[in-house]
Amino acid sequence: MSAAPVTAGPGAAGPSVPARAVRPRRARAVVPLSYLAALAILAITLVPLLFIVIGGFRTTAQLNAAPAGLPHPWVLHNYQSILASATFWQNLANSAVIAAIATGLAVGLGAMAAFALARYSFRGREGWYTLFAIGLLFPANVASLPIYLLLKQAGMLDSLLGVALPEAAFALPFTIVILRPFMRAIPGELQDAAMVDGATRLRFFVRILLPLSRPALMTVSVLAFVTSWNAYLLPFLVFTSQSKFTLPLGVATFQSTYSQDTAAIFAFTALSMLPALGFFLLAQRRIVGGLSGLAGSIKG
Amino acid sequence: MSRLTSAPAAAGTAAAGATPSPGPAPRRPRLALPLRLSRKHAELTLLLAPAVALFVLFVLLPICIAAYYGLFNWSGYGPLSDFTGVHNYRLVLSDPVFRGSLLHNVIIAVLSLLVQLPISIALALLLNRPMRGGTFLRLAVFAPYVLSEATTAVLWLLILQPGGFVDQVMRAAGLGGLIHPWLADPSIVLYTLFAVVTWKYIGFGIILLLAGLQGIPAELREAAAIDGASAWQTTRRITLPLLGPTIRIWAFLSIIGSLQLFDIVWIMTIGGPANASSTMVTYMIQNGFRSLEFGYGSAVAVILFVVSFVFALLYQRFALRRDTAGALTGAVG
Repeated sequence: MSAAPVTAGPGAAGPSVPARAVRPRRARAVVPLSYLAALAILAITLVPLLFIVIGGFRTTAQLNAAPAGLPHPWVLHNYQSILASATFWQNLANSAVIAAIATGLAVGLGAMAAFALARYSFRGREGWYTLFAIGLLFPANVASLPIYLLLKQAGMLDSLLGVALPEAAFALPFTIVILRPFMRAIPGELQDAAMVDGATRLRFFVRILLPLSRPALMTVSVLAFVTSWNAYLLPFLVFTSQSKFTLPLGVATFQSTYSQDTAAIFAFTALSMLPALGFFLLAQRRIVGGLSGLAGSIKG
Repeated sequence: MSRLTSAPAAAGTAAAGATPSPGPAPRRPRLALPLRLSRKHAELTLLLAPAVALFVLFVLLPICIAAYYGLFNWSGYGPLSDFTGVHNYRLVLSDPVFRGSLLHNVIIAVLSLLVQLPISIALALLLNRPMRGGTFLRLAVFAPYVLSEATTAVLWLLILQPGGFVDQVMRAAGLGGLIHPWLADPSIVLYTLFAVVTWKYIGFGIILLLAGLQGIPAELREAAAIDGASAWQTTRRITLPLLGPTIRIWAFLSIIGSLQLFDIVWIMTIGGPANASSTMVTYMIQNGFRSLEFGYGSAVAVILFVVSFVFALLYQRFALRRDTAGALTGAVG
């Protein structure tokens, strides 16, 4: 936008001066150039996705003969057999259950802790907050092997809870770091009024503060859910029986197990992308806002 | 905004809150005070204890016990009896494969800064101007970021198969001479993986930078334009410096991500061929989990933890400190 007025000025002044005459031409070139760049971005991001989805409609023989071709004829068989198999749905259900538990725990416990850290004054409060904030610096992948050993000692291997609990714990830092300033910004007069009316602090928390914090709660829920949904390493270490596998683990396993049946891998991969992409389309404002907000709250 | 003011306010209220224990606050009714204090204490315990317990149990405790396990030669079964002191730690640090893995992590991190950052900035500037289909473009660019790394890895495995999609397209474009065994050639496998990582994460950088751009008042650019600055000058002298905090936080997240890179590498190459694409975390899983050397694996985990933690603290201290105080800069730096 700003390019137009800057370059139009000198251009209008005198097309006869060659040095200046170059400018309007470049200004006009910027617009097609940006559309060209936009087209390139679209191609680079979307073609791989489309290739997988469309590949699922082909047979392995077709895929081998011409990897970049279109289906001829279109085959529904790959998608049908994946959708009819128990594996895909089982993986999907496991992912959903684990993500739901992890999100519920992280947001529930995180909101309680954030409330305490935001609206009570007590000795050591900033110390507790710092402890949680430092958790942001703990890379989950690095901790995965130690967590595995802990779960092993506790006899919690191969259980959905064994994955959900650590994931909830690792979601606590960003939950608290996002929620505390939000809860703190809610005017103290509201709390005074509630307490004059005889409400306890806990009642104020449940009845007034939580409903008012809904936007922030939604944001952290989406972040926690997506993080858990996409996790691979911890489930990979903890689960040994196929019936416990999550979707990311299932995709990777399917790919290595059925390496001969390429078309089926295409279909399985395409189907595994759908929940994430669909969820993203529904919650994109929350995801984008949450990530920017998280970055903002780390930096200030 | 509230965050800016929260730090001093917090210090004030914390100090005020500390007073009740030695002497009763005069404004409160005397009889109710002990009751109220114990009630507040109970409420705080109720609110904080569950989160603290979960956090300590699954975030802090594992790395502490790993530091202990690392002192033993331990296959994961039976008691910890074979105490070897810092032997494991020394072994990890002197293993050329581990050093190679660390180098690979660093290469990915440096490439991210050199390649992803300029592309992200350029695309963010492009997407920041109103254009037809801009919303759709933003969605499309961000789509790969929401896929799991596992799905991304399988997707690119399929695309990069020898004689597969990429090879066929390149041949059709007359670039057949450039075709390589993308994942099997030790000299290029790391760069192939970097390309996949870039495909997946570039949208995140763009979204972050777009949010940063939106925070720059349009008046600044307009004023510069009126003063006769060219579009390039405005971008160079006004937009980019004001994006500084966003760029620094992106770099931080990008480097931390590079240091713990695992899923994509593991699924696509298992760190191979011949460790040419191993990362520190694939090294840990390969040499600790896979080979049932849990003492050794624990030592790797602790070293990894120290590497990323020290980096994070140094970065907070030196790169982020000049930005406004936030959760980490206020607390840690």
